[in-house]
Amino acid sequence: MKRRPRSFYVLAVFFALFVLFLYGPTVTIGILSFQGPQGGLTFPMNGVSLHWFRDLFEQQAVGDIWGAFRRSLALGLLVMVTTVVVSVMAGLAFRKRFAGSALLFYLAITSLVIPSILVSLGVGLIFQQLGLRVHWATSGFGSQLTWTLPFGLLIMFAVFNRFDRSFEEAARDQGASAWQTIRYVVLPIIAPSLIGVALFGFTLSYDEFARTLLTSGSYNTLPLEIFGMTTNVTTPVIYALGTLTTLFSLGIIGVFLLAGWGMARRRERLGSDAGKGV
Amino acid sequence: MIGRRALLGWMQAAPLTLVLLCFLVAPIAMIVVVSFWGATEFSIYPAFQLDNYAFLFGSPVTYKVFLATFKYALITWALTLAIGFTVAYFLAFHVRSQTMQIALFLLCTIPFWTSNIIRMISWIPFLGRNGIANTALQNWGVTDAPLDWLLYSDFAVILAFVHLYTLFMVVPIFNTMMRIDPALLEAARDNGASGAQTLRHVILPLTKPGIMIGTIFVVTLVMGDFITVRFMSGSQKANVGRLISNDIALLQYPSAAATAVVLLATVLLIIAVLLRFVNIRKEL
Repeated sequence: MKRRPRSFYVLAVFFALFVLFLYGPTVTIGILSFQGPQGGLTFPMNGVSLHWFRDLFEQQAVGDIWGAFRRSLALGLLVMVTTVVVSVMAGLAFRKRFAGSALLFYLAITSLVIPSILVSLGVGLIFQQLGLRVHWATSGFGSQLTWTLPFGLLIMFAVFNRFDRSFEEAARDQGASAWQTIRYVVLPIIAPSLIGVALFGFTLSYDEFARTLLTSGSYNTLPLEIFGMTTNVTTPVIYALGTLTTLFSLGIIGVFLLAGWGMARRRERLGSDAGKGV
Repeated sequence: MIGRRALLGWMQAAPLTLVLLCFLVAPIAMIVVVSFWGATEFSIYPAFQLDNYAFLFGSPVTYKVFLATFKYALITWALTLAIGFTVAYFLAFHVRSQTMQIALFLLCTIPFWTSNIIRMISWIPFLGRNGIANTALQNWGVTDAPLDWLLYSDFAVILAFVHLYTLFMVVPIFNTMMRIDPALLEAARDNGASGAQTLRHVILPLTKPGIMIGTIFVVTLVMGDFITVRFMSGSQKANVGRLISNDIALLQYPSAAATAVVLLATVLLIIAVLLRFVNIRKEL
């Protein structure tokens, strides 16, 4: 192997500092959430305890954290499933160059770059003027889709840009119908990427703040609840909550990555019978 | 058959179209309409008046706040670009094994999938008056008294922006760098280009689409933000997003809508210019 140039070491240090910058603060509040009962919002640690975590599980004045968590979880799953289905359908549509596809594409890009508070404000105004009640599962759900769907669509573009059309041709040549081609050839091939779309759908919804702000109604989602806490909670209980939320997110990411990895492995094993004389 | 194919395409695109019509196009239309309405202290009423715009453009605060918003966007863009490009360059050209590349890339992207609010909160123990940064600086004898401008200041706002959004630069730039044909770099070396010359004349031009996509993300996220500025400045600094959210809090929806229309026009104008330099669909 060639010797590494000096620039490698300089850049490696830069990269390490960047990772420290990314994770340092999160790790710090992770440590601080174990503050003793008398501890404050910053170092030094005043003993070590699970006091603040216990606080979270007890009935308390700060708000309905667990209700908010359940709502965010349900909404995340709802948004995830919708994002996967709608993105795949749209991805398939965009391979066909239908009339109006350019316009729809620019709409999706607009949806991605529009300041989130505009979606919040606009949807809130429409519901208000129509006399409808805003609720996280209706107006909140729709507003979050304007954030997750463009990501799903862009991933589908990336997937289909690399898709080998000869698989479909082979299926058609063997007499598969259009639906059979999609069901038994296209979908299994793109399945690992769909896990990526699902990950985006769930986590972007679970953490979404600005688009849900005016559209979730009287029942808060978790990010809204946490933000509310920042103004009136001055104890490490907020760190404990932050730590738990982050751990939950990391767990979710881990599950999705493992699923994607497992699927790729399975395909390696079973995907091709070439050379096995079957 | 072509007719059936087009029909199928429309049917497959219908759900996306429907969502975007209901929750993007209709809300924008509503905002434009309401921006001409009037407001009392408790309610808003339909009208067609230019009062909201007249007030907006007549107030010196508007120009100050827009200027501050551009300032945040410009500084954040420059910093995220410098950091993002360097990180992507290291990953793409200095890490040799592909497994390691993927692992380090994931390490950089994971925070993207965790909560922005929590990531903002986690700066408090660092930057506060008795925070880690101030304690360290005093222990080292750099300052005698704690620095007040670390938290609740422009510095904190920009730090948080860079912390939250550098990923949006790293990912697209890394993506375009990975597509650069190694033969081109070899050719540059064989023709006697130094490392810096290769970087300047080969890699940089070929990475432009990725830089553009990252720029679109960072600029629009910062221009439309209201929560980072509010939280990290302790409500002491303003940008356009906060102007809108303050009006909303006071139930002054028509005034908020007028500001929103001007902000949207500004952002779309910037994006339209940037999109001239890159074909997003090709770059994915």
